Amino acid sequence: MIRINCPFCGERDHSEFTYGGDGSIVYPALDAPAAEWVEAVFQRENIRGVQTESWHHVSGCRQWLLVERDTMTHEIHSVRAAHAGVANVIEGGE
Amino acid sequence: MNSPARRLPKGGLIDRSSPIEFRWDNQKVSAYQGDTLASALMASGEKIIGRSFKYHRPRGIMSAGVEESGAIVTVGLSHRRDPNVKATTQELYNGLTASGQNAWPNVRHDVGSVNGLFSKFFAAGFYYKTFMGIPPMEWGKKGTGIWMQYEKLIRRAAGMGTASREPDPDTYEHGHLFCDVLVAGSGPAGLAAAVSCAKAGLDVILVEQDFEAGGDYLNQSGPDALAKRDAAIDALKAAGARLMTRTTVFGLYDYGVAGLLERVTDHLGNPDPHLPRQRFLTLRAKHTILATGALERHVAFGNNDLPGIMTAHAANAYLNRFGVLPGQQISIATNNDSAYSAALNLAKAGASVKLLDARAKLPKAVSGLLDTKGIELITGATVLNAQGKKAITGYESAVANNAGWKEGDQHDCDLLLVSGGWSPVVNLLSHRGVRPGWDATNCCFVPVPTNEPIQTAGSALGVWSTGDCEDSGRAAATAAINSISSGTVAVASGPAAGGWETPIQPLYEVKVADRSLKCFIDPQHDVTADDVRLAHQEGFVSVEHLKRYTTLGMATDQGKMGNIIGMALMAEALGKEIPEVGTTTFRPPYTPISLGALTGRGFGAHFRPLRRTPMHEWNLANGATMVDAGLWQRPWYFARQGETITEAYIREATTTRETVGLCDVTSLGKIAIQGPDATDFINRIYSNAFAKLPIGKARYGIMLRDDGIVMDDGTTWRFSETDYFMTTTTAHAAKVMVWLEELLQMRWPDLKVHVTSVSEQWAGVAVAGPKSRTALEAIMADSAVVTNEALPFMGVVETTLKNGVPCRIARISFSGEMAFEVYVGSDYANSLMDLLNAQAQLLDGCLYGTEALGALRIEKGHVTGVELDGRATIDDAGLGKMASDKKSYIGSVLRKRPELMKEGRPQLVGIFPKDRSQKFKAGSILCAENKVEGHGDGWITAVTHSPVLGHWIGLGYISGGVNDWSGKTLIAADPVRSGNIEVEIVSPHMVDPTGERMHG
Repeated sequence: MIRINCPFCGERDHSEFTYGGDGSIVYPALDAPAAEWVEAVFQRENIRGVQTESWHHVSGCRQWLLVERDTMTHEIHSVRAAHAGVANVIEGGE
Repeated sequence: MNSPARRLPKGGLIDRSSPIEFRWDNQKVSAYQGDTLASALMASGEKIIGRSFKYHRPRGIMSAGVEESGAIVTVGLSHRRDPNVKATTQELYNGLTASGQNAWPNVRHDVGSVNGLFSKFFAAGFYYKTFMGIPPMEWGKKGTGIWMQYEKLIRRAAGMGTASREPDPDTYEHGHLFCDVLVAGSGPAGLAAAVSCAKAGLDVILVEQDFEAGGDYLNQSGPDALAKRDAAIDALKAAGARLMTRTTVFGLYDYGVAGLLERVTDHLGNPDPHLPRQRFLTLRAKHTILATGALERHVAFGNNDLPGIMTAHAANAYLNRFGVLPGQQISIATNNDSAYSAALNLAKAGASVKLLDARAKLPKAVSGLLDTKGIELITGATVLNAQGKKAITGYESAVANNAGWKEGDQHDCDLLLVSGGWSPVVNLLSHRGVRPGWDATNCCFVPVPTNEPIQTAGSALGVWSTGDCEDSGRAAATAAINSISSGTVAVASGPAAGGWETPIQPLYEVKVADRSLKCFIDPQHDVTADDVRLAHQEGFVSVEHLKRYTTLGMATDQGKMGNIIGMALMAEALGKEIPEVGTTTFRPPYTPISLGALTGRGFGAHFRPLRRTPMHEWNLANGATMVDAGLWQRPWYFARQGETITEAYIREATTTRETVGLCDVTSLGKIAIQGPDATDFINRIYSNAFAKLPIGKARYGIMLRDDGIVMDDGTTWRFSETDYFMTTTTAHAAKVMVWLEELLQMRWPDLKVHVTSVSEQWAGVAVAGPKSRTALEAIMADSAVVTNEALPFMGVVETTLKNGVPCRIARISFSGEMAFEVYVGSDYANSLMDLLNAQAQLLDGCLYGTEALGALRIEKGHVTGVELDGRATIDDAGLGKMASDKKSYIGSVLRKRPELMKEGRPQLVGIFPKDRSQKFKAGSILCAENKVEGHGDGWITAVTHSPVLGHWIGLGYISGGVNDWSGKTLIAADPVRSGNIEVEIVSPHMVDPTGERMHG
């Protein structure tokens, strides 16, 4: 069982979270060309190693998180709030 | 048969002042508190405890622990029958009932033992060969035909115990634990490690699978070992550590998570009914110390599975812990030093002992010691072939001959003890993906260091002496303490593997030329040395394939007894060294776990959460029959006296269209969307225009996924510039909430919008029918708020009921009638229903459930989750005209991709039976009249009897829609259930297509 250190709630079992998907995707503008939407929605990397993925603390604070996880070892390198503004506040930035 | 084993008048940890009685195969047997089933059976002279899996060979007690492969029994009766229990680990209690298994009439006289005569056919790969019809199973029909004929016979003849077919009457619990250090195993290493960690101020949990803590301390002779154990336990308790006996660490997982099974009442005859039988515990530890010990190996020689043959150290356990002298005329065959203690202890207890050491040369210090005790020592010798029908009576020895063996002479005995070396229990590390390394000096696999916070200590590391094990435990503790304080995993610097005075001599199988012997390596699955060679001969070279082909190591002991011998024989056959052949991967659980413990309380009504609406009791009190809708229970129908469900829903739907009907719609998802950017947000997520929705109005909306497929539909109500109230379908409420959170937190963080699930806060009721306004007017504080002018179609209002309860009302319709949805705070649900129902009764109205709700919406062609099934586009559902071309929204780009816009996609249609008296079923496939085959051209999603039309109708999808099929005859094909019905395709809007009734 993976344990995820939620920046809002502390370290919790992964069973409190749901997996979102590739957290590194930048979705195009709503009126962007179809090719950009196809790339964002359908084209996925199958990464061996560290990948950034989104997790939702659905049975906790209901915040979306960006988790850097090694797909080979389950080792988690970082956990941040997905909302950049919130992450900055938590981490003592602007 | 006279038994050579007997209970000694004193000694051991059993309590002779607490005699107990139990039943073995319907015979009363006496024993003492502190016995296991095995020690008690041994003391009472039982030799045959089980029958083997395939050949029904008699089997006795082969060990004193979890590796037991012979004494496998069934414990308990009827609905508490627990098969495949190891007699060596079953703690005895007064009144326990146990019996032999896989035998008829009993284990001592078993008709099935004739299977041994056909052993040629039951060799490795037997099932595969039978199934495929290859030699020696090639006779008669080929392949599966033979299998079908023999399967039942074979299944009855081969096997283990039989589980009860009745529901498990016991309860099981799931629990959670946290600690700094988990120590698995309470032997000399584990106790020392736990005490050191606890004294350092760490929160320690020490877990022991046995009912008595102490591990090998319990098996040693003399009072010193017990004194050490008692002192360690006292120190442990004084330091505040938790000691859990009768608990197994069955698996190790990521992030220091361990799975524990605690057997709470398995050792009690009359347990407190409030206690669970077992607890399944999830433990999270910062550091884990594995002091799981080592298991003694057998050696493959002829008839090595006869009752009366067991591991050498097991004799120490029966003698010193249970006060049972297991034999009178004892021979011991060993290849290492560890068996010498058993020889000395048994001789001291009065048995005659003969020790055969496979090694040719021994130090005088060792051999001389045996001499003084009257123990006969024969070096360079071992056992070739055991003899005896139902238990061992003697054996033929083998003597060293160059690098191999040759036939020796004849010996008598009533007990043969074997030590082929020791295998550290590396199973838990294997769960973490750590492959052990081969230690050629000690002839065993040993753990290799891991970068996870896990230490191994004691004989689990290949450290053999008790003193070294204690040191090893303390070293592991130091490493754990340093790791926790420093945050990086430290490596323990304890004693190295080993500790015997004379090196072990590798010995896995005893063979001489031109002798064919039945040498078992996995007694539980009846896998022999010849089976391994046959597998190799047939081309299996990987140890993983060997395992599957021969079933070696696949029985309930998962290879604890035979794996290493199997690998050694495979290595020999391949001409390789053991480490080149590799070790199989051990997987959880270490020892079997009952399905009940895995299930815990999550079965029956507790299999998943149950959601009830606030008017649940009110609905029941008013005659509702409930139905599961996802997690919810909703009113299905409100039958009046003698009504069937069909009669009830037709009446309810008819009444609603004629006067007024009330339906609990609380289960719809409800989300408050608030903030200065709320309008912008809602306009981006719905496919239809929302930017100009006036305050005081509601609008039906359809939201798409990124890929252009419909996600959900519902209505959104606007109360102010910045305050919206969204309803979703019951099925997708949670999904939509997660989706909105994702969009706001990840995709559009600049939008100033809050979303809050308020599904639990509001209770809702649909008031539908031509007299719905009349009913509402009568219950409002001010009846003017619901007039046609004040509250037109799609109008919303926040107002007050006549009893002072605040409410919000929207004039929206799912039924196609003039209708309202009324919401009040959940706590006021009953008062709302009381008020409305009184009016409905005055107007000859009724309550209706989901069945009538379905009839009303199917008549109107309104879609639900069965139509919006994650494959349908907005155009497929006939709602494409709603989608805005003037704005961009989620899914607006990809809904236009060619595949989703092409001609001939399935379109929502209505379906009538050609013969109006016929009915058809949802799930039927729609086919052209002369082409009932394959996937057809469409399918039926929902059906109902239409009260308005007076016959059965349906909704469904068909390629090309009404345009292509209007006027043609189709077949609704349902070959498995109801056969084929002729149908025709009509518009999905089967009643009041222009919507006059709801605007009325």
